[in-house]
Amino acid sequence: MIRTVLSLRVTLLCALGAAVLAGLAPQFVDTFTLLQATVFVAMAVLALSLGFIWGFGGILSFGQAAFFGLGGYAYAVGAFNFTDSTVPVILSMLVPMLFAALLGYFMFYGRISNVYVGVITLTVTLILFNVVNSTAGDAYRIGSAALGGFNGIPSVPGITLPFTGYAFAPEDDWYLAAGCLIVVFVGLKLLLASHFGRVVVAIRENEVRASLLGYDPRLYKLLAFVVGGGIAGLAGCLYTLWGAFISPTIFGLATSAQIIIWVMIGGLGTLIGPVLGAVAIQVLVTEIGGQQLLDANFVLGAILLVFVLVLPAGVVPTVERGVAALWRRGRRGRPGPAEAPAAHPLPGKALS
Amino acid sequence: MDLAAIVGLNVLSGIASLVLISLGLAIIFGMMKIINLAHGEFLMLGAYATVLSTNHGVNIWFAMLVISPVFVGLVGILVERTLIRVLYGRLVDTMLATWGLSLFIVGLVTMIFGNTINGVPTPLGGFQVGAYRSDLYTPFLALVALLLLCGVVVVLRFTRFGLIARATMQKPDMASALGVDPDRVYMATFGIGAAVTGLAGGLLAPVSGVAPTMGSAFVAKAFITVVGGGASILAGTASASLLFGSINQMGSYLTTPVFGEVILLVAATLLIRVLPEGITGRFFRGSL
Repeated sequence: MIRTVLSLRVTLLCALGAAVLAGLAPQFVDTFTLLQATVFVAMAVLALSLGFIWGFGGILSFGQAAFFGLGGYAYAVGAFNFTDSTVPVILSMLVPMLFAALLGYFMFYGRISNVYVGVITLTVTLILFNVVNSTAGDAYRIGSAALGGFNGIPSVPGITLPFTGYAFAPEDDWYLAAGCLIVVFVGLKLLLASHFGRVVVAIRENEVRASLLGYDPRLYKLLAFVVGGGIAGLAGCLYTLWGAFISPTIFGLATSAQIIIWVMIGGLGTLIGPVLGAVAIQVLVTEIGGQQLLDANFVLGAILLVFVLVLPAGVVPTVERGVAALWRRGRRGRPGPAEAPAAHPLPGKALS
Repeated sequence: MDLAAIVGLNVLSGIASLVLISLGLAIIFGMMKIINLAHGEFLMLGAYATVLSTNHGVNIWFAMLVISPVFVGLVGILVERTLIRVLYGRLVDTMLATWGLSLFIVGLVTMIFGNTINGVPTPLGGFQVGAYRSDLYTPFLALVALLLLCGVVVVLRFTRFGLIARATMQKPDMASALGVDPDRVYMATFGIGAAVTGLAGGLLAPVSGVAPTMGSAFVAKAFITVVGGGASILAGTASASLLFGSINQMGSYLTTPVFGEVILLVAATLLIRVLPEGITGRFFRGSL
């Protein structure tokens, strides 16, 4: 318990530091870098959504891209139909959450295995891609927004504040994205420290034992899945704001795979891991886009293969364990407490 | 009457293509309980093998029926030796690794052949049903699908390898105690599953655009079919293909092909809710 409180304090301090940094960033970097940083931050929010449901809930969703895309589309459609941005932003979280609730009901209340969850979420994403792709023409309009099929929706209106009518500049988008990342991060930390969060982790560790203690794993998994869907939707909204554009490609296999890779290399069972993983891979993909020799899929596939084979725990837990081992070695010779158990169980064990 | 015949033929073709694209996946899933997420890329490699060899003057039948399965089968064995074997018993990691492999193959093929769509002309001509025309290739695909299913029955039921394979499928440790090497059975299974997938890729090359990312057009349906069918290779694939193929084609006929796919997905999701272990988890238990 003391550890949790301490770790929460550290988190809050770090969040405060991050907020100060984010607030000062526009003074020090040019607009182009700030714009790039905005999309990285939006992707980090997306990574957190999977980092939560996979790393802590043990739910292997290959379809976070579906919620991401739905959130983006919900915002875009809403932005064309409402004058200020309150309703569109709420829609961008609500629509994916409802979709997650519906899909999750069928998956978790059917008690299907993790492998099947992966397959079904992936399939749903692929079919959403086909559906949205086919919505070209005037027959597919929602209010005054044309879905546009393969071409997507261009020039999506940005954030407009209610009452004042103030329209956001690129700098404001950065503040918004960074603020969302910090709020989501701290919010998830608090959620994990709450009773609900502990039950979710307990179910990941041992579903049978948790249900024998009176917790319904189906319900808790469903709720965690819905929370993840909402966060992914928010990320989709931020992404659409950044480019003022959304197209069906974000439902593609490439997006789904990237989300998995961020969480995998960052580390399962941590929140900071997925954030760092998302930023690192985004930077890498941007670099690859600037040259002709290597294909991005080729590099990402190779990275995923190497991590599964060599470092399945991810970078952050491995570094933490390494530091802990060094710390113990440094203290050897002095009488101390018995070796503490590893802070993070191996994902292979946790997920099997 | 003519229309009914054509719709019937379309349903038949839908069922046949589901059998073709999912049988290889089902063989691997049924025997080893792993989902190969690089399945679509195996199909793509099969299609590329056919297109490339046909463009280099090889007879198209030889390319489709021999070169594609042999090539992809060899790729499958290579993958099993280097990747799958290391991850035995870690189902989730196997999925992730095969997904990495899928991206890797797509990237590699894009780097070598470029992101362009290739194709080969459809062999066999067409025929007339009243006011409608259809081509002979569709019934040919249905015939091959049927032969493949029969082949699975014959191999699993009447050969020594089939006996060993079924034993390993049911209880690997017991089979191992009786002197079977499960390791080799798994290698052969993966190779055969990949070869069947390669054959399907080759057969589908004339009727689909061959591009590095073509796999993702097929995998959704293949996964649904295998998950819906359950663990039995033959009964699962056949029953799920029959059910989903009919639903998909009738849905496409009544709405659009895309919404036909949505209807297929909704049907599959409902099915999973009612029968979490697939059709063969409840019916035809213990069948092949």
